[in-house]
Amino acid sequence: MASPIIEVQDLSFKYDQRNNENILTDISFSIQQGDWVAILGNNGSGKSTLAKLLVGLLSPQAGQIMIAGNPLTEETKWEIRQHIALVFQNPENQFIGTTVEEDVAFGLENQNIPFSMMKTKVDEVLDLVGMTPFRKADPSRLSGGQKQRVAIASVLALDPDIIVLDEALVMLDPKSRREILATLTQIQMTKQTTILSITHDMDEAMFADQIILLENGRIKQIGTPTEVFSKITHLEPPFVEKLRRTLQQKKRQVPEMFLTEDEMVKWLCK
Amino acid sequence: MNKLILGRYFPGDSLIHQLDARAKLTSAIYFIVILFLANNWQTYLLLAVFTILVMFLTNVRLRIYIRGVRPLIWLILFTVCLQILFTSGGKIYFSWGPITISHFGLINGFYIFCRFVMIIFISTVVTFTTKPMDLTDGINFLLQPLRKLKVPVDEFSLMLSIALRFVPTLLDETQKIMDAQRARGVVFGEGSLVRQMKTLVPIFIPLFTSSLNRSEEMANAMEVRGYQSGKPRSSYRQRKWQLKDTVSLVIMFILTFSLLVLRT
Ligand SMILES: Nc1ncnc2c1ncn2[C@@H]1O[C@H](COP(=O)(O)OP(=O)(O)OP(=O)(O)O)[C@@H](O)[C@H]1O
Ligand SMILES: [Mg+2]
Repeated sequence: MASPIIEVQDLSFKYDQRNNENILTDISFSIQQGDWVAILGNNGSGKSTLAKLLVGLLSPQAGQIMIAGNPLTEETKWEIRQHIALVFQNPENQFIGTTVEEDVAFGLENQNIPFSMMKTKVDEVLDLVGMTPFRKADPSRLSGGQKQRVAIASVLALDPDIIVLDEALVMLDPKSRREILATLTQIQMTKQTTILSITHDMDEAMFADQIILLENGRIKQIGTPTEVFSKITHLEPPFVEKLRRTLQQKKRQVPEMFLTEDEMVKWLCK
Repeated sequence: MNKLILGRYFPGDSLIHQLDARAKLTSAIYFIVILFLANNWQTYLLLAVFTILVMFLTNVRLRIYIRGVRPLIWLILFTVCLQILFTSGGKIYFSWGPITISHFGLINGFYIFCRFVMIIFISTVVTFTTKPMDLTDGINFLLQPLRKLKVPVDEFSLMLSIALRFVPTLLDETQKIMDAQRARGVVFGEGSLVRQMKTLVPIFIPLFTSSLNRSEEMANAMEVRGYQSGKPRSSYRQRKWQLKDTVSLVIMFILTFSLLVLRT
């Protein structure tokens, strides 16, 4: 197996040094390039904190983070941020530009990219998220879902190797969410982009290559969707698993194991 | 909140709107300098006609310009009065100790008044017709020489543009907080002055905390998107210098020349 693009070792973190309790305790995992990883957990389990640690906005009390083989430190964080991008949970305060297109261009301006190249890139990503008609609009006057799209466009413009989405799709209507997910999957496939998606949407988590389940700042479970959903029963399950469990309760002969959507369809058609 | 006229932008597509921010800023500053060349009624008349013409070209109504002068009117009148009372010369109409009202005094007072009003009008022409962002870009350009003295001009103008971008957000927020406090039974703008001040406390404290949070989140967002102060950045807002802009500067020179001819 190739060396992982993200490797987290024994990470511990707390906001307040005076506190004894950690917000995150002994977090270790590794992620391969090109994977889609879903991070699940209850409110306050430390998902957003983990995201901020991964981009170097917070520094851990213990443990270390390796991105593409380089340890993330105060010195290396600027270099590493060229490879990793984060869409924040709150879309409100992540806008810097006065218009949508200027905001999308902000990250490109920071890389000192000439205007003509910026223009092409901005046009391209605005089109991908369907925000071209709003390019001259004031980002702070957009609806929640539109703000999230602009935030995603800003990240896509940078062509990062790793994208961390902190509940970045929650305000989108179901259809747009599917479209943006499809776009992201496409990018993940073609450019081998690694995507870490913090989410409460179990149907989205089902499609992940790997699920990391946090509970009270610790890793409760880590593995493929099949492994996680069959082991953890108190988690609100995705639709297919709900179906399987209901059928099981009704004493039908369903497989004992968790099924993916395809498998379920095959089994039902038998 | 909408009473604020000074520093507002009025969207439009007039000739003055189309001029480059750099041309407008330079011309305005230049105008204020050459204003001091005027010293007789001909020169003042020329400048007044020029000012009125420019104001007319912006397609913004005169009433709005006059509203812009209003907050400064006491300051202007005070200066004018000083000028009238302490200048002597010519025919004396009234005299009491060091205070005299003389012919010269009155004329000088009137000139000072015109000068003030013209300065305000010309600066409001710039702010009315230039988007705040273009204005910061223009200021940034004019301040570039200061970079040689290690003044962080680019950081300063980014700061200014972010501050400007937050003005509407903060106004919205104030409104929201006021509504929230009203829903809890606070009555604004009633009772004694002390009481009115007291009702402002529950607005300012939440406004303050939310602004601090906001700025922290914003700083994080800028950092993650690779903003590092002092690093060279390109700009997505492009400035185009057109023929019109050159023409506007030429007009300023013609104006200077005419002033030099007409002044005594
Ligand atoms: N800036 C901060 N200062 C102090 N404590 C914080 C800060 N941000 C978060 N916390 C605390 O850290 C814990 C984890 O917060 P975090 O935002 O990481 O949760 P989360 O898993 O993202 O939750 P959600 O699903 O609601 O987004 C919470 O108990 C929270 O109170
Ligand atoms: Mg969160």
